[in-house]
Amino acid sequence: MECVGLCDVVLNLGVRNQELARFLASLIGVLLVSGVPLLTVIILILAERKIAARIQDRIGPNRVGPYGLLQTVADLLKLLGKEDITPTAADRILYNAAPIISFGSVVLLWAVIPFMYWNTPEGAANAVVGVNLEIGALFFVAIASLGTLAIMTAGWASNNKYALLGAFRVVALLVSYEIPLVFALVVPVMFAGSMSLVDIVEAQSHMWFVFMAPLAAILFFISSQAETGRAPFDLIEAESELIAGFNIEYSGMKFGMFFAAEFLHVFTNGILMAVLFFGGYLGFFYKAIPPLGFLWLGLKGSLIYFVFLWLRNTVPRLRIDQVMNFNWFFLVPVSIINIMVTSLILKVMQEMGYAPTVFAESSLIGILPLTIVMLLKDAIIIGFILGRLGQEGRKARIEATHAEESLAAAAAGD
Amino acid sequence: MTLEQFAPTGVLVIIAVILAFIILMISRVFGPHKPSFRKNAPYESGMKPIGPANRRLPIKFYLVAVLFIIFDVEVIFFLPWAVSMNGMGWYGLVVMGFFTLILIVGFIYEWKKGALEWE
Amino acid sequence: MVTKDVITQDEGRVQATWEGDVSQLRGLVSDRAMTGETMLLNMGPHHPSTHGVLRLLLELDGEELITVLPDIGFLHTGIEKSIEDKTYEKGVPLTDRMDYLAPLSNNMVFCMAIEKLVDLDVPERAQIMRVIALEFQRIASHLVWLGTQALDMGAMSVFLYAFREREKILTLFEMLSGQRMMGSYMRPGGVWRDFPEEFYTAAQAFMDDFPRRIEDYELLLKNNPIWIDRTHGIGVLEPDVGLALGVSGPALRASGVNWDIRKAEPYSGYETYDFDVPLGDHGDVYDRYRVRIAELWQSLRILQQAFERLPKEGLFRSENRKFVPPPRSELGGSMEAVIHHFKLWTEGFDAPDDEVYVSIESPRGEIGCYIHGTGGAKPRRVRFKTPSFMHIAAMPAVCGGHMIADLIGIIGSFDFTLGDADR
Repeated sequence: MECVGLCDVVLNLGVRNQELARFLASLIGVLLVSGVPLLTVIILILAERKIAARIQDRIGPNRVGPYGLLQTVADLLKLLGKEDITPTAADRILYNAAPIISFGSVVLLWAVIPFMYWNTPEGAANAVVGVNLEIGALFFVAIASLGTLAIMTAGWASNNKYALLGAFRVVALLVSYEIPLVFALVVPVMFAGSMSLVDIVEAQSHMWFVFMAPLAAILFFISSQAETGRAPFDLIEAESELIAGFNIEYSGMKFGMFFAAEFLHVFTNGILMAVLFFGGYLGFFYKAIPPLGFLWLGLKGSLIYFVFLWLRNTVPRLRIDQVMNFNWFFLVPVSIINIMVTSLILKVMQEMGYAPTVFAESSLIGILPLTIVMLLKDAIIIGFILGRLGQEGRKARIEATHAEESLAAAAAGD
Repeated sequence: MTLEQFAPTGVLVIIAVILAFIILMISRVFGPHKPSFRKNAPYESGMKPIGPANRRLPIKFYLVAVLFIIFDVEVIFFLPWAVSMNGMGWYGLVVMGFFTLILIVGFIYEWKKGALEWE
Repeated sequence: MVTKDVITQDEGRVQATWEGDVSQLRGLVSDRAMTGETMLLNMGPHHPSTHGVLRLLLELDGEELITVLPDIGFLHTGIEKSIEDKTYEKGVPLTDRMDYLAPLSNNMVFCMAIEKLVDLDVPERAQIMRVIALEFQRIASHLVWLGTQALDMGAMSVFLYAFREREKILTLFEMLSGQRMMGSYMRPGGVWRDFPEEFYTAAQAFMDDFPRRIEDYELLLKNNPIWIDRTHGIGVLEPDVGLALGVSGPALRASGVNWDIRKAEPYSGYETYDFDVPLGDHGDVYDRYRVRIAELWQSLRILQQAFERLPKEGLFRSENRKFVPPPRSELGGSMEAVIHHFKLWTEGFDAPDDEVYVSIESPRGEIGCYIHGTGGAKPRRVRFKTPSFMHIAAMPAVCGGHMIADLIGIIGSFDFTLGDADR
């Protein structure tokens, strides 16, 4: 096992023992990786509040520091100074463990995200990544469910009826939306032939997967919006119904952990979507100037994050039965069909020689036929769905707005 | 190789938990600590709660959980298959086709039985 | 964690958990609640979407509502009783505090009752001014309703858009009375003072801008599939049920009952304005939304007509010096004016020992005022019939079979304020 990447740097710094160098390198690596989300969340909360304010025709926080830049820091200090309450009736251990699990799980997600390109010898990961897990995608699924577990635990352990209702909804909502999420995840994995996120990014070096599988990208987008519990799926903490939902009994920094975890989870999902469908750190000059790759990733992730926010601030909230029906009767069937058709077309085209087996080693020309066929397929499916939805939507609208006509009639006859 | 990969993950797990723990401890140190009976009572819109909060969940939610377990386990099978699809050729596709068929039959059965309805 | 001082606060009872008694509710909730099979949940008084301090005791089976028990009185301020101890004109500011989202309507109905009691005429110009103020008030109140209803449904942006426009109306009210919300602009015999010059331009600017804003709200909600899913067919109020339970205003008109006091028993010259009464036909939350949005348009129509016919100069208050204080300019030159002023502000005017009832159309529905005079300067009894109270009573009737999330929408669609219900 050769010593590459950070390990190399550590060796050059004067550490003689290879084993020690490797250990130190991984330690520094994970420290950096866990540092990124912690710094990000401070900026994120401010960014989200500012963007939401702009959408809602307000100014947003602008008092603490220049342009309100220090608002989150002030909030953090305030939360640190708040009393830490554990209700009498709560299950002490679970109650206190839940915010830790919630926050920890989101930080863990960052371990497998490839940040930028790094030229290394053959056989090693040629990207800067916390841990280049061969099962990166699976790791993501597993850790994401850990966050769900934390929310469920919090709701149950609080011994509060509102929190319990929130926990009910978590069971139903988050758990169900994991299925289309994983189904959508299978598509990039299938294209790349690997679960490692580094390989998935590399496989997109000629064509982003969003052009080859827009439907999977949309499915992933919708279900990750639901996984993070954002509008229109924000019923786990619907403030107008359940006051605060699962975190109603939490105060001070424990609440802060949930809060930070939620914001970070949304951004992490944006970044993951950038990695899976939008080519991660790929972009102009990403090989020549590796830090530029980091910038590209951040840019793509932020754009997707912005769409998440935009959606959140525009649409009303769905009801639990509508959310569940949408998942089981729409998302799940569509994602199963999508997987079947995609794998069939991919296999047929590969066997007939129209598509490369390893995308990274192909070229733009080599991958173009597959892209066109896939795009056509998705266009047909999406067109079919939209057609059906349009019909049903029109029917519902006509029925609902029937009042309009009688309204006019009453006005005329009055 | 596997241990090589997972050792940093393990370190990250520990660091993440310790980090979260430290933040909680800081707030413990800085924040006041004056518990009182009413402050520690469960919050229910300012009224006395009636009946316990840790109670049985409606069966619907268990149903969803069971459905999830069935589906999620099956979905997870797709991931290794997707990775090794290249190596398996037509055989892999046909076998997975059967697997998906069984999944779909089960799904349709659940649909028709009304297990997926949320009433 | 039961500490000693708290035990003394709790009358010496040592309790591990702070729990209410189920057996008190026997007969009010289903028997399944007694065995703990269904969950009893207090929603409110301290809850973000009960529109004030309404307490609803919910019996829930999972998310489904079985019983809804409204519990009011958390905002009881004894306004009716307090007015009995004040002269008639001094009662007006108290009425502001009832329905705090439409204080001018409360002023109006109280003043109209006094005018009827003492047989006082209101000059025509003052009537037009009252209509203008009332219709602005209706728009402001409907905007608060729109914002909060959308907020309850999770559409936060609409809330802020609606409040942005409401702020402009409050600025107009500030020009009228110097107060943004509790203006007490209506007085027996007319209004407190003439419209200031800047009011005309500001009001015109608002009226020019507002149609575009209504279209903005409509764009976000009217055809939004999620909004339709959440509101269509929810909380259906049958017309006969609505009538039986005393529902009035837009909530009743959404069920298709053509009952608008501005048309049925016109006051303040409403019969001379050209406007329509929007009606719904399902009686669901969506129809209540449609009807209120249509009322915004109708209010704009009335406002335009009122401004057109409003003379620039003229009386804004009755000249009857027995009931209406003289203007300050007269006080320096007329002994009689000083006497009138002194009499009115020290002992008020006398009203006959008689009873009157007047009702008008407030943004929420029919608000009525009953006054029983004593022959002296203070009333024997004042009683308000408020729409919010009826609406809270009617709300449980339409909640059957719905979920918590729907209840929130239903609460919003009935548009009550607790200040109005509790008084």
